[in-house]
Amino acid sequence: MTEEESKLLLKPSRPVGIMGYGSYVPRYRLPAKEVARIWTDGQSGLPIKEKAVPGLDEDVVTMSIEAARNALARSGVLPSEIRAVWVGSESHPYAVKPTSTIVAEAIGAVPNVQAGDWEFACKAGTEALVAAIGLVGSSMARYALAIGMDTAQGRPGDALEYTAGAGGAAYLIGPAEEALAIIHGSYSYVTDTPDFWRREHQRYPEHGQRFTGEPAYFKHIMEAAKALMQAVHTSPADYKYAVFHQPNTKFPRRVAAMLGFRKEQIEAGLLVPVIGNTYAGAALIGLTAILDMAEPGDRVLMVSFGSGAGSDAFDITVTEAINSRRDRALKTADYLARRTEIDYGTYVRYRGKLAT
Amino acid sequence: MEIPRHWRIKKQRYSLVGEVCPHCDAKIFPPRDICPECGNEAKTTYTFSGRGEVYSYSTVYDPPAGYEEQAPYMVALIKLQEGPLVTAQITDLGEKPVEIGMPVEMVTRKLRNDGGEKGIIVYGYKFRPLMRA
Repeated sequence: MTEEESKLLLKPSRPVGIMGYGSYVPRYRLPAKEVARIWTDGQSGLPIKEKAVPGLDEDVVTMSIEAARNALARSGVLPSEIRAVWVGSESHPYAVKPTSTIVAEAIGAVPNVQAGDWEFACKAGTEALVAAIGLVGSSMARYALAIGMDTAQGRPGDALEYTAGAGGAAYLIGPAEEALAIIHGSYSYVTDTPDFWRREHQRYPEHGQRFTGEPAYFKHIMEAAKALMQAVHTSPADYKYAVFHQPNTKFPRRVAAMLGFRKEQIEAGLLVPVIGNTYAGAALIGLTAILDMAEPGDRVLMVSFGSGAGSDAFDITVTEAINSRRDRALKTADYLARRTEIDYGTYVRYRGKLAT
Repeated sequence: MEIPRHWRIKKQRYSLVGEVCPHCDAKIFPPRDICPECGNEAKTTYTFSGRGEVYSYSTVYDPPAGYEEQAPYMVALIKLQEGPLVTAQITDLGEKPVEIGMPVEMVTRKLRNDGGEKGIIVYGYKFRPLMRA
């Protein structure tokens, strides 16, 4: 790597990796054809098969707690050894009062812990992950927990209503020598691009229609992926798996092809067709499905995208430790298999869309 | 609103933290500092596994104040693996009917709002059909 390129890479001064990972997907599913039945007489094209919908008693706090418990179970680390609990989301239950303190309390990580909530549309989770890499990589802390989780909101009848799903994942970061996967480094590409937003006190987000594609999603993911691969001297052929932010089925498939990845490299991490766009959780939960089946030595590229806009890219290699830790918690496929289909009326009730 | 009470019992509610008796090893939930089995002092904290089975159950169609949004819902007596019997909601049932003896596991869920939409969100334990093998 040239000196200029190495300056762009976010590389910790001591090697770090993933100690444990855990996912969560709620049990309810709203088929896209059910949304089409209500709003377009079934005539519209469907961006996914179905999306995951949280139950009446679920939110980003409860879902983060379960994902964090799964990550802890895999890691074998005591909760009292964790020095940071960071939750990235755009659906934190409170406007003021951290999600992370409740999660930290529930997993037994309080009180000797840093806690905070992160926001950056769909890349809030990978923002937290980069920060956790920094905290552990600088030796400020031995273990830090980063979570990306969302119960995404879509305005009734809007294009986003088909895909705005619920789910996410938690990652416990620690020293590379103890890790089940090593994170060699990351790269972030950010510009001011207003493709999607939600103003204060507004219930549903707005988006720039087609503007969300080329200058936003594709531009940022392409630049982040290319710069990272250049900095670490890899090409798509070096990766067994790749996972990209997945707002629908089409975008991640197209960006993978544009970068030179084959279909087989992205299938394992492509969950959007069956759980929808899980926003801050999307790339992160895709990675859990990959780790659930990866072999030691497999290299993985993960690139998130958050509107507003930016992408974080990560270069990851799975270690031997995956074999002994994988089965210590529920796998992502277990959550996908747990499925209760609901109709639009039940969805309206569960998501609090009834005016009373 | 009962903020002090929610705050005081958060550990037992969020993660089934009870006590273990140092004299007779009985596991105690909810924590009460005196062992109900041998009557001695018992203040050692003990985190329950969260596993148990349905001892009995009923469906609530006419909910008490604060739970209207969730009705109808299932409440049950859960016999924890470590012994104590706790009352809790059963959640995430899907199509599967509840049965006495059904294995369940603890999950932390939203119990209710205290103070409506403006108030605090109360989180605590519920049980769901066991997902783990």
